[in-house]
Amino acid sequence: MTLLAELPDVDHAPLDHDDHGHHKEPTWILKWLTSTDHKMIGLNYMITAMVIFFLSGAMALLLRVQLTTPNGAFLSYQQFNELFTMHGSLMLYLFAGPFAFGGLANYIVPLQVGAPDMAFPRLNALSFWLYLTGSITMLLGFITAGGAASFGWVAYAPLSGVTSSPGAGADLWILALLLTGFSAIFTGVNLVTTIFYLRAPGMTMFRMPIFTWNMLVTAILILIAFPVLTAALIMLYADRHFGTHIYSVQGGGVPLLYQNLFWFFGHPEVYILALPFFGIVTEVIPVMSRKPLFGYKGMVFATLSIAALSTGVWAHHMFTTGAVLLPFFSLMSYLIAVPTGIKFFNWIGSMWRGQITFNTPMLFCIGFLIAFLMGGLTGVMLASPPIDFATHDTYFVVAHFHQVLFGTTVFAGFAGLYYWYPKMFGRHLREGLGKWHFWLMFIGFWLTYMPQYLLGLRGMPRRIAVYPGDPGWQGLNQASTVGAFIIALSFCFLLYNLWISWKRPLPAGDNPWDGHTLEWFTTSPPSHHNFTHLPRIRSERPVWDYNHPDHVTIEHAAAGHTHSHGSADAGGVPE
Amino acid sequence: MAANVVAVTALPHGKSSSATSIASLKSQPIRLRRGMAILAAFALPAILGGCQLPTFGGFRGSTTQGHDEFLLWAWTFIAAIVVGAIVGLLILWSVFRYRRRSDEMPRQFQYHFGLEMAYTIIPIIIVGVLFYYTVIVENQVDAVSTNPAVNVTVTAFQWGWEFDYPSSHIEVRGVTTENPTMVVPAGEAVTITLVSSDVIHGFYVPAFNFSRYAQPGITNTFDLNVEHSGIYKGQCTQFCGLYHSLMLFQVQAVTPTQFSSWVQSEQQHPIVQNSPASESAGSTTMTASTPSPSSNATVPTASSSPSAYSIAPTPSSTAANAPTSTKAAA
Repeated sequence: MTLLAELPDVDHAPLDHDDHGHHKEPTWILKWLTSTDHKMIGLNYMITAMVIFFLSGAMALLLRVQLTTPNGAFLSYQQFNELFTMHGSLMLYLFAGPFAFGGLANYIVPLQVGAPDMAFPRLNALSFWLYLTGSITMLLGFITAGGAASFGWVAYAPLSGVTSSPGAGADLWILALLLTGFSAIFTGVNLVTTIFYLRAPGMTMFRMPIFTWNMLVTAILILIAFPVLTAALIMLYADRHFGTHIYSVQGGGVPLLYQNLFWFFGHPEVYILALPFFGIVTEVIPVMSRKPLFGYKGMVFATLSIAALSTGVWAHHMFTTGAVLLPFFSLMSYLIAVPTGIKFFNWIGSMWRGQITFNTPMLFCIGFLIAFLMGGLTGVMLASPPIDFATHDTYFVVAHFHQVLFGTTVFAGFAGLYYWYPKMFGRHLREGLGKWHFWLMFIGFWLTYMPQYLLGLRGMPRRIAVYPGDPGWQGLNQASTVGAFIIALSFCFLLYNLWISWKRPLPAGDNPWDGHTLEWFTTSPPSHHNFTHLPRIRSERPVWDYNHPDHVTIEHAAAGHTHSHGSADAGGVPE
Repeated sequence: MAANVVAVTALPHGKSSSATSIASLKSQPIRLRRGMAILAAFALPAILGGCQLPTFGGFRGSTTQGHDEFLLWAWTFIAAIVVGAIVGLLILWSVFRYRRRSDEMPRQFQYHFGLEMAYTIIPIIIVGVLFYYTVIVENQVDAVSTNPAVNVTVTAFQWGWEFDYPSSHIEVRGVTTENPTMVVPAGEAVTITLVSSDVIHGFYVPAFNFSRYAQPGITNTFDLNVEHSGIYKGQCTQFCGLYHSLMLFQVQAVTPTQFSSWVQSEQQHPIVQNSPASESAGSTTMTASTPSPSSNATVPTASSSPSAYSIAPTPSSTAANAPTSTKAAA
């Protein structure tokens, strides 16, 4: 096993042309505006997405205040409708996705595959600017005369048509999604190309870090799903302004087409949001357990089959339309539970007989596991059309998808933030504050969403601004509101943590977690083109193999020399 | 009790469907044996739990269709508890048992073929069983009677409901300020034809465990067999614009005798109230009287519409006073 240590480092002369001193580097605002560095763009994405997240969270608090009492008068009907529409739109289109595939993936994937940058750095910058422009465009709806869009984040035709939603806010909403849609498509192209063509020598597909695998599958899903959304929205816009009748019955159109197109985007979108965060958890758990990922290849196939199945389940959002083939979509939806179950067992297997360190990233991962278990089980229930008939469009569904999406994007997302923050800034976040953040958020999470399951089962529909006093919904709504404010409180600890780490840095070093993957091989933060040299890549955890040559994976050790020979040229060769 | 066990296991409802399922079982002895095995597997807990499965927060279902759904829900919930408990305990066990105690390097194992196959195949079997019962229940819930006692055409509009009884020429219509009541006979098949005159709405009665979209351009048909007399509240579930929250209605189930007398009294004494429907007497076209979105200002505002909630939840024995706005178009 001394083999790996003896091997010389692969020389990457073209990668580290360190020409900083030769010309004037742009500074501050100009640097920010003109940068094509994937790390800068990634940070831009993450910061923008976090701002969106806090804005959208504040909207959720307003909604919760309104629902604290029956017939609440805190918000008007119109305000309520605008706020829940924008809450959903901001969270789903502008926070969760961009934070993952624009922010974290942009920053981490080139580092994990040992590349100097993304494949198309300028396209990458364009993606960010389209995303920022789109986000501002959507928010501008609030200052138009008719207010922001108020047809829900799904914008079902014909409610989103010009008769029912005549305002400019609706148009801005559509245009914003066209802009951010193209941003996502460009990022997808960039990620796929980077992962296929810029991997370091020796990094075969089955030696790619699991986060990179998840981002590859996510990027492919983006390329499948987002063009459909873009097309659906262009047709919606044409119906509104160019006199077409694609979605209007009066003109011979089919409103149901919009739902089909939207959910053909919408369900892969759910996995576009979830897979990157699965990737984070799958990266963090083995590192903190000091073990390889259990069932790595099974995990890759599980991810691929989730992606494949996700393109065939869209109509489970339409069970109650009475216009879809129930058994087919029900079976496909049920089947998604299988690869998801595999992931669960692989996560457990990775912890099994490990040495688990309970730092903040790991705590958030455990929080994710429990939250996602709950959300996943109720998801299996909803795959059954009769149960969906009873709970469709009620708070049961609201609770389900919040547990799934909050569980993934927020719990796993913050696991990723706490995990990679030392790499991005060379300093630690405070453990104590991180644990306060976790525990408050964990308690708030359950207090917010468990009552919502019960509310749904007792018949409370979603998206209602007022509710009658008699069905006994008030107490549960109040519990949910309290929970939401506890979640909000937990983020104060995060913000304070970020601030204090900036004011009084705790240096982290290059590899504080004893990480497995290439990003932990370079400096923190990484230099301009990331690497000056790379270790030999002989498994999916090259840095671990480099640091612990006596503790390589058992299977890998058994394979011995045969594994090492002739594989240096199997991976992609950097430019 | 025996009837309950059959209902739990084979999940048939109504005389015709159980008769056909028994007939098909008899003609195929192998299927019968398999059916008996499944029945035995499910009958034991059903007998132990008696007819009183816990509700797990849901409604037991006041229609035969809704009750079938409830049984599926309860058994799915039980399966979820079992699976969730196993996975949850495994997570907690790993977390507490394998927390870092020393610097000793754990064994670097990564694959176990048998185990990985097991946790791939077992979930496939579980979802296969769930899917099997889902299809049975879904066919029962979606079955439409060929000879219903009453046909009701439900038209959803922004923001209210209209219930038409085509055979007796009765229209019941209500908007946000007056929630309409759909009167149906209990214990008989009622076939609902659901349409929308503008955007998509959701016809939802929580106690029936059932909802269905009302959509422009699509006509949905389904059956409700309400088992007992009573008033069941309903509400639009699919977001449909400004006053979505106020789009309430109720279903009142009465005995068949009371129902016929209600029909007669409606036909003899048409009550025409101050509702948009009265403007278009004799016509069932909704678009003419539906408030258009541009006239939002004329629709009651949030502060002036508490009357939307002044529904008496107590079941009424006489049906005639229930509808808020009816007229005979005959």
